[in-house]
Amino acid sequence: MKARAFSYFRAATIDQALDAHARAGDDARFIAGGQSLVPALSLRLQAPRLLIDITHIGELRGVSREGGHLRIGALTRHCEMLSEPLIAEFAPLLHAAAPFVAHPAIRNRGTFGGSVALADPASEFPAMTLALDAEIEIAGASGRRRVKADDFFVDLFETALQPGELITAVYVPLFKADQRFAFDELARRRGDYALVGCGIMATCTDDLIDDIRISFFSVGNTPTRAKGAEATLIGSRLDAERIAAAQAALQGDLAPPDSDEVPPAMRLHLARVLLGRLLGRLGEGA
Amino acid sequence: MSAPLTSLDRPNSYIGRSVPRPNAKRLLAGRGRYVSDLKLPRMLHAGFLRSPHAHAKIVSIDTEQARALDGVHLVATGTDLARICTPWTGTLDHFKGMTSAPQLPLPVDRVVWAGQAVVAVVAESRAIAEDALELIEIAYEDLPVVVDIDSAREAGGPVINPGSANNTCFRSQLDNGTVDAAFAHATHVVEEEFTFGRHTAVTLEPRAIVADYDPAAGMLTVHHATQTPYQFQDLYSRHYGIPEARVRVIATDIGGSFGMKLHVYHEDMAVVGLSILLGRPVKYVADRIESFVSDIHARDHRVRARMALDAKGEILAMDVLDLTAVGAFSTYPRTSVVEGNQVIRLMGAPYRFKNYRASLEVIFQNKVQTSQYRAVGHPIACAVTERLVDMAASKLGLDPFAIRAQNVIADDAYPQTSATGYRFEALSHQACLKRLHEIMDYDGLRAEQADLRQRGVYRGIGIATFVEITNPSPAFYGVGGARISSQDGAILSLTPSGEVRCMISVTEQGQGTEAIISQIVADQLGLAPEHVKVITGDTEVTPHGGATWACRGAGIGGETALQATRGLKRNILEIAALILQEQPSALDIVDGEVVDAGTRKPRLPIAEIARIAYFRSDTLPPGTQAQLTVSHHFAPQGYPFAFTNGIQGCSLEVDVETGFIRVLKHFIVEDCGRVINPMLVDEQLRGGIVQGLGAALFEECRYSETGQLMNGSLADYLVPMPMEMPDIVIAHVETPTADTELGAKGVGEAGTAAASACVLNAVNDALAPFGATINSIPITPAKVLKALKRF
Repeated sequence: MKARAFSYFRAATIDQALDAHARAGDDARFIAGGQSLVPALSLRLQAPRLLIDITHIGELRGVSREGGHLRIGALTRHCEMLSEPLIAEFAPLLHAAAPFVAHPAIRNRGTFGGSVALADPASEFPAMTLALDAEIEIAGASGRRRVKADDFFVDLFETALQPGELITAVYVPLFKADQRFAFDELARRRGDYALVGCGIMATCTDDLIDDIRISFFSVGNTPTRAKGAEATLIGSRLDAERIAAAQAALQGDLAPPDSDEVPPAMRLHLARVLLGRLLGRLGEGA
Repeated sequence: MSAPLTSLDRPNSYIGRSVPRPNAKRLLAGRGRYVSDLKLPRMLHAGFLRSPHAHAKIVSIDTEQARALDGVHLVATGTDLARICTPWTGTLDHFKGMTSAPQLPLPVDRVVWAGQAVVAVVAESRAIAEDALELIEIAYEDLPVVVDIDSAREAGGPVINPGSANNTCFRSQLDNGTVDAAFAHATHVVEEEFTFGRHTAVTLEPRAIVADYDPAAGMLTVHHATQTPYQFQDLYSRHYGIPEARVRVIATDIGGSFGMKLHVYHEDMAVVGLSILLGRPVKYVADRIESFVSDIHARDHRVRARMALDAKGEILAMDVLDLTAVGAFSTYPRTSVVEGNQVIRLMGAPYRFKNYRASLEVIFQNKVQTSQYRAVGHPIACAVTERLVDMAASKLGLDPFAIRAQNVIADDAYPQTSATGYRFEALSHQACLKRLHEIMDYDGLRAEQADLRQRGVYRGIGIATFVEITNPSPAFYGVGGARISSQDGAILSLTPSGEVRCMISVTEQGQGTEAIISQIVADQLGLAPEHVKVITGDTEVTPHGGATWACRGAGIGGETALQATRGLKRNILEIAALILQEQPSALDIVDGEVVDAGTRKPRLPIAEIARIAYFRSDTLPPGTQAQLTVSHHFAPQGYPFAFTNGIQGCSLEVDVETGFIRVLKHFIVEDCGRVINPMLVDEQLRGGIVQGLGAALFEECRYSETGQLMNGSLADYLVPMPMEMPDIVIAHVETPTADTELGAKGVGEAGTAAASACVLNAVNDALAPFGATINSIPITPAKVLKALKRF
């Protein structure tokens, strides 16, 4: 499998990258880690005229505190989610999810921004931006804008990104002392796409849940918040009865697609099991 | 090691020692030379356009635009290659009544599976070839697709091969006539239907070939990632009409084969033809996507079986029906029916009962061909037998160890003939059972299981006895008319510096053949293994032989090397005796020195003998002609196969909420006769077991209703990786075969033979408290949850 011939341009700035994309008549793709794009090129599922390498744009790099948010540059690699102290301290859910993202070789190259931009519904990080109530910063011809994760994921591999637009950073609210988180997934093998996965962020007063965001992946066309389950938990303690109610609410929250290997009813069952286990852990983690 | 002392146990013996593989460092350092590394002058690259349809008529092929593309040298269709290549048929005479349609490198008028290569493009680069493939237009007319076993057998349903009455490839029956009576008198009968998914080899290195036809010399050289260079030398010669001596097949470093790399593939035959048409070297390396749709698949069996027992748990009889679907035609030259044939012949092999009946039906379907892959037929026969034994044990309230101990053929009862007609020289089931019980700490595991069950943790313990076919004689292929050798040849030379070069017909695919051959030569001659250079895999250099298949390298290749070395040693000692004015019988060779046979006192380095023989023959007595190169061939005689045996154990945990299975520990006690290199034997067992665990839990080629492979990538087709590999505890019993001096039998398939059966039994053991059973592999979370009625 060899990619069709393409031109290559290494951009030094965001403006250069956007400009090159526009000049190629949008028959172009930005490339960073290339962990999804390169296989797609080799399989000739995609054959753009131009590849714009954004890995040398300094502005897309780095993790920093900005006010009440952690700014995670789009080029932050998956492996940095494990090694960067600011992530561990202020976005521990991402730190917890990172070991489940593929394998070390892929984590060494794959980027956070690339993963969010692709919006693979089976990927960990896009779903975690939902759980974190993150904002995605986008650069385009008309300037910069920030889109809430809740509004970012539109449909299968479809996001709020318009052709020629680029994710520059993701802003994650800083983790606070009254918050708890949990992450896990059910994958056939370590590193595989999960049959179902889930990340949870909760804000608690004593043992009472003030706010909770539950985000599933591998359950449909987009990462999906379990809003019905969330609603059953707000103002409650995580006891067996409430957990069972939240599990039951998933019936209305998730509509898993048909697949030859994992029937919808099985995926829903697994989502319930996973949610029960995560809420149990969240309850113990007081 | 437990084998009795023999003539092999010499001072400084290298047989039975974990000598490192001479090629390991080179391969680890990235210095391997694989076919895909090869770049020949004027070499071109082939790509293939594949059928998107599982069954269709080829209406027209338009290649005009592809031919016009810059850098394209040739676009060839089935018709172009049919002009220079004769067709082949994958049948063998000893499988009476089997049929299969003739095959050509590329199809002329019809495609019979999705992924079949239809048009070849040869270009300056693979990328250009793939560009050209996009410019080819093929018009197809859909034909009815035959996908599953039931629709393939339906009377009046679509038939794949025109002119055939049905989709039957082969039927076979074994019946000693006493089965009905045995079942009528039985106290207990257990019966079940089992299914075994299709899976495939997934070698690290895919199939790769460079064909280089030189029209001036009329010489074809093929660099081919294959286990069997001599077989391909014969086939290329025959089907392209080139004299055998002008066909050279070179199989250098190979990244795994597992049986997958000894079959004729259409692309490989096409590449030879493309090189002949162009008079230039042509390279083709299958990419992973192509491997999934064109490498042979294996298994795909549905077995209905029952077992009769008396009141005490004595097995009385087995009655078996095996249905297997093999693709649209039988693979050449080894056929696609060997697996089914071995399934029905290996059933019940460890046990004493004599009443047996089996039917085999091999069926065509519109999928890629199946054929021999590691442990051909063994995992199916083993899983069916061992699961029935466990079901019987549970019915009778017997422990799995107890029912097996009661029924296996006793270690002192050999020779024996199995109910299916296999002749066993000497096996060691009782010793293996006893040893497994110890190394598993079986009683401890059972106690822990009971304790954990109280706390809602469901562990399962499974065991499976097995018999493996190794060291095949001509009874395997030769009698069926296949030009596949069961003998091997070796040429040994003493170099002028006193080292030994050994050119031998067995081949190396990463399993360590070259290491064990060097150990045997070093041991038998009396030389350090690092002074033995082993050369394999070049038909122009190494003598004709069987090469690598059916676990024959150590047993047959090893014996060839042993006997050849003894010949060379005799010749060296003859010259030494002349020089030292001694009787040859008074001398021996130890560590590169001729020594006094009695006192071991060094007399003369063999390097000195070589120097004198090669450079100062004038100093030897008149009439002396030193023969420091010997050649020797060895064909197995005595038993048609050297059977091995063993038993595996498995401890695993089932998450009854998710259906996930975690293998905690795996155990094997194995008897491959003489162990030449314990480290290599153990790693063969571990690798084989891991492949068996893959079959048990992960690997399956899943097809859609229209015959499309749904999971043809490494993201979707799951093979076990390090996190899925448990610790594997290994123990040995050694019962050498008396048919050879070396006494070695094969070991490459033992791990795969019983691992999946073992897991199947362990999972069922774990699920027993729920009354749930599973009789289908791979055992996926979906199957576990279904059995537990969780969704």
